[in-house]
Amino acid sequence: MMHVSPVREPLINGEKSYNDITNDVMAPVRAKPGKLWYIGITVSTIVMIFGFAMIGYTVWFGIGKWGVNRTIGWGWSITNFVWWVGIGHAGTFISAILLLFRQKWRTSINRAAEAMTIFAVMCAGIFPLIHMGRLPLGFFILPYPNSRELWVNFNSPLLWDVFAITTYLLVSLLFWYMGLIPDLGTIRDRMKTLWKKKAYNFLSFGWKGSARHWHRHESMSLILAGLAAPLVLSVHTIVSFDFATSVIPGWHTTIFPPYFVSGAVFSGFAMVLTLMIVTRKALHLEEYITVGHVESMNKVIIATGSIVGIAYITELFMAWYSGVEYERYAFLNRALGPYAWAYWIMMTCNVISPQLLWFKKLRRNLTFTFILSIFINIGMWFERFVIVVTSLHRDYLPSSWTMYKPTWVEVAIYLGTFGLFFTLFFLFIRVFPVIALSEVKSVARSSAKKFIGKPIKNKTPEK
Amino acid sequence: MSDEKKYWELLNEFEPLDDARFKGKREAVSSPTSRRNFLKVLGLGATSAALVASCKSPVEKAIPYFIKPDEITPGKAVYYASSYFNQNEFCNVIVKVRDNRPIKLEPNPKSVITPYGTSGRVQASVMDVYNVNRYRSPVRNDETIVWDEADNEIITQLKELSGSGRTVVLITPTIISPSTKKLIGEFTQSFNAEWHQYDPIPMDGYREANRRSFGTEELPEYHFENADCIVSVGCDFLGTWLSPVEFTSQYSSRRALFEENPGLNKHYQIEAGMSLTGTNADTRIRADRAEYGKILVHLYNQLGSQNGATQIEATPPPQEVTEKLKNVINDLQANRGRSIVVCGDNNPDYQVIVNSINQMLGNIGETIQFNRTYNHFRGNENWLEALLDQNLGAVIVWDTNPVYSHPMSDQIRAAIERAPLSVAITAQPDETSELCKYKLPAPGYLECWDDAEYKKGVVSVLQPTLHKLFNSRQAQEVLLTWMANPLSWQDYIRENWTSVYFTEQAANASSSDFWIETLRNGELVLNNTAASVSYNESATAGALQTAASEQASEGFTLELTEGIHTGTGHGPLNPWLQECPDPVTRIAWGNYASIAPAAARRLSIKNGDVIQLGNLQIPAFVQPGQADSTISIALGYGRTTGVAEEIRTGVNAYPLSRVESNYRRLTVPNLNIEPTGQTELLALIQGHQSMEGRAIVRDATYEEWKENPAAGNEMHEEIQKHHTTLYPKTIYPGHKWGMAIDLNTCTGCSACVLACNTENNIPVVGKIEASRHHEMQWIRIDRYYKGDENNPEVLRQPVMCQHCDQAPCENVCPVAATNQSSEGLNQMVYNRCIGTRYCNNNCPYKVRRFNWLDYTGADAIPNNRFDPANVTVDLSRMRHNPDVTVRAKGVIEKCSFCIQRIQEKKLDAKLEGRPMEDGELQTACQQACPANAIVFGDLNDPESRVSKLMKNPRNYHLLEELHTLPAVGYLTKIKNKS
Repeated sequence: MMHVSPVREPLINGEKSYNDITNDVMAPVRAKPGKLWYIGITVSTIVMIFGFAMIGYTVWFGIGKWGVNRTIGWGWSITNFVWWVGIGHAGTFISAILLLFRQKWRTSINRAAEAMTIFAVMCAGIFPLIHMGRLPLGFFILPYPNSRELWVNFNSPLLWDVFAITTYLLVSLLFWYMGLIPDLGTIRDRMKTLWKKKAYNFLSFGWKGSARHWHRHESMSLILAGLAAPLVLSVHTIVSFDFATSVIPGWHTTIFPPYFVSGAVFSGFAMVLTLMIVTRKALHLEEYITVGHVESMNKVIIATGSIVGIAYITELFMAWYSGVEYERYAFLNRALGPYAWAYWIMMTCNVISPQLLWFKKLRRNLTFTFILSIFINIGMWFERFVIVVTSLHRDYLPSSWTMYKPTWVEVAIYLGTFGLFFTLFFLFIRVFPVIALSEVKSVARSSAKKFIGKPIKNKTPEK
Repeated sequence: MSDEKKYWELLNEFEPLDDARFKGKREAVSSPTSRRNFLKVLGLGATSAALVASCKSPVEKAIPYFIKPDEITPGKAVYYASSYFNQNEFCNVIVKVRDNRPIKLEPNPKSVITPYGTSGRVQASVMDVYNVNRYRSPVRNDETIVWDEADNEIITQLKELSGSGRTVVLITPTIISPSTKKLIGEFTQSFNAEWHQYDPIPMDGYREANRRSFGTEELPEYHFENADCIVSVGCDFLGTWLSPVEFTSQYSSRRALFEENPGLNKHYQIEAGMSLTGTNADTRIRADRAEYGKILVHLYNQLGSQNGATQIEATPPPQEVTEKLKNVINDLQANRGRSIVVCGDNNPDYQVIVNSINQMLGNIGETIQFNRTYNHFRGNENWLEALLDQNLGAVIVWDTNPVYSHPMSDQIRAAIERAPLSVAITAQPDETSELCKYKLPAPGYLECWDDAEYKKGVVSVLQPTLHKLFNSRQAQEVLLTWMANPLSWQDYIRENWTSVYFTEQAANASSSDFWIETLRNGELVLNNTAASVSYNESATAGALQTAASEQASEGFTLELTEGIHTGTGHGPLNPWLQECPDPVTRIAWGNYASIAPAAARRLSIKNGDVIQLGNLQIPAFVQPGQADSTISIALGYGRTTGVAEEIRTGVNAYPLSRVESNYRRLTVPNLNIEPTGQTELLALIQGHQSMEGRAIVRDATYEEWKENPAAGNEMHEEIQKHHTTLYPKTIYPGHKWGMAIDLNTCTGCSACVLACNTENNIPVVGKIEASRHHEMQWIRIDRYYKGDENNPEVLRQPVMCQHCDQAPCENVCPVAATNQSSEGLNQMVYNRCIGTRYCNNNCPYKVRRFNWLDYTGADAIPNNRFDPANVTVDLSRMRHNPDVTVRAKGVIEKCSFCIQRIQEKKLDAKLEGRPMEDGELQTACQQACPANAIVFGDLNDPESRVSKLMKNPRNYHLLEELHTLPAVGYLTKIKNKS
């Protein structure tokens, strides 16, 4: 265990002992849900059901019920897809990359962030499916052996997407669940009702906490972290290939992979902040998710936000520098064309607003951070809208230029994915511990206020 | 039953029953009807009955040919020669018939009038036959009756009325059929009837002018192919005037600019509204509609001063027009005898001046000849008198709709309602037929026998290609029945031909051979002695006086034009025609008032704002190039009867036309625009008008081309040099299909669009979907404006799938539903497509079309069909080309280079054991193009026309800098600017 400077801000406030940690984190699982929770889950379920009804409506009557047209083949559906995938990136980034960098502060937030990743990827996965004209034949996209010797086209980035997203969902899910197992064992031990005890016992695969279990758990976690870490980079890289490998000006750029990945982490952290600031309040976890945590995340936001900002400016420069009139026009059109409002919303929210976080006061201000995180979420949605729609609506032949406006069906489906996301999130906070108990305990000795700066008695000698 | 013995005994049962020898045994055999056997039979019977009853299988009537008819091979099309005629459009056609259904019209290459190309309306007319709104049996008031009943009642009443001295009036459109004319002559005699011809947009003023100038009422033939200088004053001869398909062919033959054919003609268009012809002109001079008279007088005066004619005092047209007219006058003078001056106004005074100018320039007898004169446009205003007369006894309206298309609609309506007997003989319900007491259903022209003499001495036949769909009878048959003539109409025509034309030819010895030969060719060309006309200048002075003393219009002048697709009012019944965007405005589904940008700005009117013009409320459209004080509205819209409610579009502008000194005028002076504050949806297919300075349509002037044949196309060579790649070059071992499109000959008439619709079963989406950019046409004609918004230069480009060798659409499809064929075709596998639309996004040409909704009824999900035009009902489905898949909801489709035609011709050649000939294979768009602007063929054959065109210095590929390597090439647009 590393030595932690006593000057360093504690990661757990309020003189918490191990027992306190367990009790505090488990409180929502054990207690009866409050009124707010019921209201929340009802609203989100209704919205989800309405969204799914609209998906059914689209599948039944056709994509023509959306606002997309002969020039703009992808509208809100793909915008939302990329946005949700991006949101999902924070979870894996926190649990895998920050693990590799030994950032201890990640332990308080990784569980919720990973859950968010999984839910976001589920929301994201809906869009490429439903934007297909013939969803019932969507299985054609899988390379399954068949008597007609039909095979998929491995040149198509959409196919890469299929693999990237499913792999990502699978690995994230495994990684998340792997982390949950010891905590589920803890919950089982504290449960009074027999059926709950049995259920948690089943979910924890009969976790005993033996040295052998811990050993296997840790090595498996490490393997999965190793697997997940490159996925953070690969998934959005591949999503960016959907655009980067095309011929459409505004899409056809080599900068897309790093730009998309940093954008994804950027938007993911914003979404984590939005949710965490509310959750810590609602579930009384202020001592575990401290202002210090928020500040750390805000630092990641400045970093990734600045990368995104530089990418925007690089795009503009390259468009001018390339000398290609179509490229030049595409970017001029973004900034000054009929969708300029979307571009400037994107610029304001993603480039200008995160720069305010250079001020420490603002970085540590929860209200400000919450508002800012909403801004970034909006800005990042518009970034995808700008990329998808503004590039397409005026491409090569002016005769085909059109405008795009979503219909209420598209809006309802988008809201429906929020319904799905929050329904799952509400269920999650009732059933599973939102903070990784065992991991927080593992850093408590070094970083909790109760222990910080105090000599560690049972120090095992280094070998 | 299972008794073995019985089997053997059965043989004996064939013996006579009373044979004594077997008596005993027979009884023994019949005895096993034991209770046990009875129960067995009962059981079997009951079970079988139950089984049969429960497993009810649908009754399918598949009756194979017992003896196959000679001419029908399932899966193989047969072709019959016939003709299309409607108002100003005539085409000799070959009807493609599959399984007894006509599905496509193709030009008759043997024709002397329209050997190649048709109009869009001809192409779309297949749909009319299968129109669900057609009358299906005779109707008296609103009651369905049988033909005998209708005949008896009408004959009795006709006899009674004509006996009591009341008039019997027969109104028809212009009849160009010699046999019908003869029959009508007999009919008018036997019933003491009056026969009048009526044209919704008449040309009686032209005929009157020719009577004054040349002493003949004939409409001369124009030879645009011989004219080096064409000056048109508001005459849309490429779109709607007189004989546009023919003129397009003639005109385009002078626009096909090659080293062996270097003589580009020079075309001036002086006009107010932007017409199809005007957009093709080398120089378009914008002038208000009210100035046409002054311009003609000015032209007369200026040319007259050089040709010794007397001058006339007149106020000249505005300065900016006279400035530009100087070049016109110089060019006309320089091309005496090789020029044409035409004017598109039914005012006889104008036409007299035009005649005089042409005479002065020595064009009469050269580019304008009175040999094969036109037989259509025989209608005039004389019928009104007879119809509105109180003595009117019976009125028979034959496929004509004056209640809709005449300004005196109310009086006509009242007269028809007042008449004791009113009969309509027509295929589809219209505003006039609905007023008539008897409605007699007529078949469509593809179900009819007929003949036609469109131009003097060129007689064509029409033959039925489809068994009559409903309980209908051709109008001629009706007249024959009423006259108690026992001949069938077919025999009547044949007899007439035997007596009139058989003697005029020598090729066939027997009259039946002659008849069969004619049916096969579709056309008979008679020797024609050139008619000489004598010019008479005396009428000119009066005409000049009248034209010069015209009052200037205050406020706006309205000009009513014929809609290029809707025609005079037939178009709206046909959803294909309604969905085909206007080639100038690119608006589908409806008409609008075109106003000049300056006027629109002054009155703060935007596209779609509904304005009030007289009694008319119509959405406005800001049209670059429109004259400032002129408003243009297309006629033919606003039909209310015979059109399904969902596809009723536009407003009827005919009520604004007027009759002045017995000539119909399609202009209205002194109008004011009043905004109403309402807006209406316009289905604008192309929203952006400028090329944004991109090298999309590459153009140059004639002078530049003479210097350098690659003028305007210099970048082509440069880009070719950059076409390097790391990948191995694709080899196309057999054929490699390619297409060349000459942008200089293409006029934008859109016949190709409609031909493609018909050939490839393209669905109709309706106004709302079209306005949402969900249109489905595989070929579109892009139109760009260049330069001054007040009088822009217009450039056009037909764009279909470019069949790129390096197609961006192909590598992005996750399921490989679109791929490259070994013959260089970019193929689309509908069955495999899952509809991600990635191909569509990645197509730089945006030629891919997605089935947004279930437009065709081919979708597997029930109750989701979207078919506002009602063209997926069983009757309308008969139009489908069985060789082309009808696409389901959710799949992408696009131009296939008519792969079904490629396969058919390849197989034909293979069966005959020969290589394919160049030109043998034509795509639907190529075949329909009257301008011959599209050439399709094998690029692997260096001698093919298309290969040679690809090597022409004018050739380039669209967006070639993207290295998509399209199989379509475009030849630069060369304008003869002065």
